[in-house]
Amino acid sequence: MTMDLRDLAGEVLAGIGTRPARTALTILGTVLGIGTLVTTLGVSATAGDQIAGRFDSVTATEITVDVNPPARPDSPPTVRWAALDDLARLNGVEAVAAYSQSPAGQEPAVRANTLRDPERVLDRTLPLLGASTALPAAARTEISLGRFFDDGHIRRRDRVAVLGEQAARLLGVTRIDNQPAVFVAGVPFTVVGVLGPVRRADQQGLTGAVIVPWTAADDTLHLGPASSVIVTTSLGAAPLVAGQAPIALSPDDPAAVRVQAPPDPAELRTGVAEDVSGLLLVLGVVSLVVGALGIANVTLVTVMERTAEIGLRRALGARRRHIAIQFLLESTVVGLLGGIIGASAGIVAVVVISVARQWTPVLDAGLAAAAPVAGAAVGLLAGLYPALRAAGMQPVDALRGPG
Amino acid sequence: MSAVIALRGVSRTFASDPPVAALSNVDLRVAAGDYVGIVGPSGSGKSTLLNLLGLLDRPDCGTYALEGVETTGLSDPARTALRGSRIGFVFQAFHLLAHRDVLDNVMLGEVYTGAPRAGRAARAAAALDRVGMGHRRDFRPGRLSGGERQRVAIARALIGEPALLLCDEPTGNLDSVTTGAVLDLFDELRDGGTTLVVITHDEAVSARAARRVRITDGRLSELDAPTAELPAVSAR
Ligand SMILES: Nc1ncnc2c1ncn2[C@@H]1O[C@H](COP(=O)(O)OP(=O)(O)OP(=O)(O)O)[C@@H](O)[C@H]1O
Ligand SMILES: [Mg+2]
Repeated sequence: MTMDLRDLAGEVLAGIGTRPARTALTILGTVLGIGTLVTTLGVSATAGDQIAGRFDSVTATEITVDVNPPARPDSPPTVRWAALDDLARLNGVEAVAAYSQSPAGQEPAVRANTLRDPERVLDRTLPLLGASTALPAAARTEISLGRFFDDGHIRRRDRVAVLGEQAARLLGVTRIDNQPAVFVAGVPFTVVGVLGPVRRADQQGLTGAVIVPWTAADDTLHLGPASSVIVTTSLGAAPLVAGQAPIALSPDDPAAVRVQAPPDPAELRTGVAEDVSGLLLVLGVVSLVVGALGIANVTLVTVMERTAEIGLRRALGARRRHIAIQFLLESTVVGLLGGIIGASAGIVAVVVISVARQWTPVLDAGLAAAAPVAGAAVGLLAGLYPALRAAGMQPVDALRGPG
Repeated sequence: MSAVIALRGVSRTFASDPPVAALSNVDLRVAAGDYVGIVGPSGSGKSTLLNLLGLLDRPDCGTYALEGVETTGLSDPARTALRGSRIGFVFQAFHLLAHRDVLDNVMLGEVYTGAPRAGRAARAAAALDRVGMGHRRDFRPGRLSGGERQRVAIARALIGEPALLLCDEPTGNLDSVTTGAVLDLFDELRDGGTTLVVITHDEAVSARAARRVRITDGRLSELDAPTAELPAVSAR
């Protein structure tokens, strides 16, 4: 003797629909659990996508190395200028440059000879950089006027200077065909070029600097060995180059240099996703467990309340399995409803959060489909014990009713 | 003459402390079309007997054949199937589902019997017409009078066309007027060939039965010597 499935569905729906308020409250726990999970997973996927997207190819190719000054002035330099060639030979390195720099607060006075107005303040305090020749490429800048100095200038310790864009404006240098000179701490330098805008975000200091061959800088202000090394790499090579840079630059004491490399985009994505989701995922699972306990509790109460009904159904010919299946399906449908409503609410939340942050929402169809299934599974599990209790009742006892 | 009920040497003892011998060595034979009233003081074992007859409970010893089928050795599902298809119950407490309308409640009598869904509403409506409740099929039980509720419960028992209708204090919650209406209905059913076993405290109720059986302390005794007309009724 089997029961018609349509009859079963009818009895289940009637059972759920009997107490709408109670059913709604029972559903709430699952809605919260599933909603939290869907929101958490959706938002972290969206956020991870955003951050990884913003983290574009340019920033992923820039490395800066800060060099500790030598322990004593007469000890050998941490990074020898020749070591730049060793770094440049590494796979994936596109440009390497290094510079020494006048210490902060001890910038030299700089004056240009082009000014005709004797009333104006002539001296500017500007940082002096003693650089190697690849600086424009490594700092992602171009020469807007004239040229950059070359290896010959460095070797001959020529007193030539290239001005940053802002420094040129401050000093009133607008052309170089008239061979303007600048006096750095009273020492004359011939201006051979002016830089354009600097596109590397961490090298904006160059626009206000006077840049001279590192040999000449050492002669004039005793700037000594390089204090910074800047590198650009090909796409994706930055993490590898960053790992090899200390040994290439300072083979005797790799720890004396500090490499600032961009984080790996893939790591960044998962890192963000884990940060955002970790706690909320736990929260979602906890609410889901609470939701399951809620369904179990309410189903158990319902079973007890409907004891007489169970007895009646047994008297009318219902087998134990009919009783078990009915209550199991009732709790499963409650869980399923919770899953559907929770998933919908979660998707709405992801979209709202994304719109508020001007992100493109990332909605996983698999997640949207799995959420109601998870809700139904929660309901099924929660209904197991109450259903077995209901099916285990003796008809005679059940007909007497609860208590 | 075929016996719908054939109890032989049936006992039922509840394993409480102290054990209660609710029925001891009961023999009862009810023929098709019989209308049997079971009377007895409270706690004498009437409901225990009815539960055994309705296959809701198993005897400790003895045999029970329902329509010639020996039931004591049957499995639980087989007894359930027999109960659903051959036995109708009418309870003192009606046991109607409060949130379903009258027609739904009556149709519930067929949900577990394997009867086809097609025509079920029509059969339920016919059963309601039979108990004079055809005009109330869309009502919720809460809006019906006690007598109307019991007639709906009887319609639910009748929809599966049971061989045996078992009633435990069917008029226990009813006043004398509505009791009369229910008893009139029983008379009609008996005239239609239904086998009826009715438990009651009420003299007026048992007086309507063609045959009366008394239970005292779990022992059964025929109240009236069979009258001249009884065999004729039983033989139908
Ligand atoms: N499950 C049980 N466990 C223990 N004792 C029981 C159980 N069911 C019934 N009894 C006892 O068996 C005896 C008969 O009970 P039963 O319900 O058959 O009486 P009854 O004749 O129907 O009484 P009433 O007219 O008051 O309904 C009573 O003494 C009762 O206490
Ligand atoms: Mg009783």
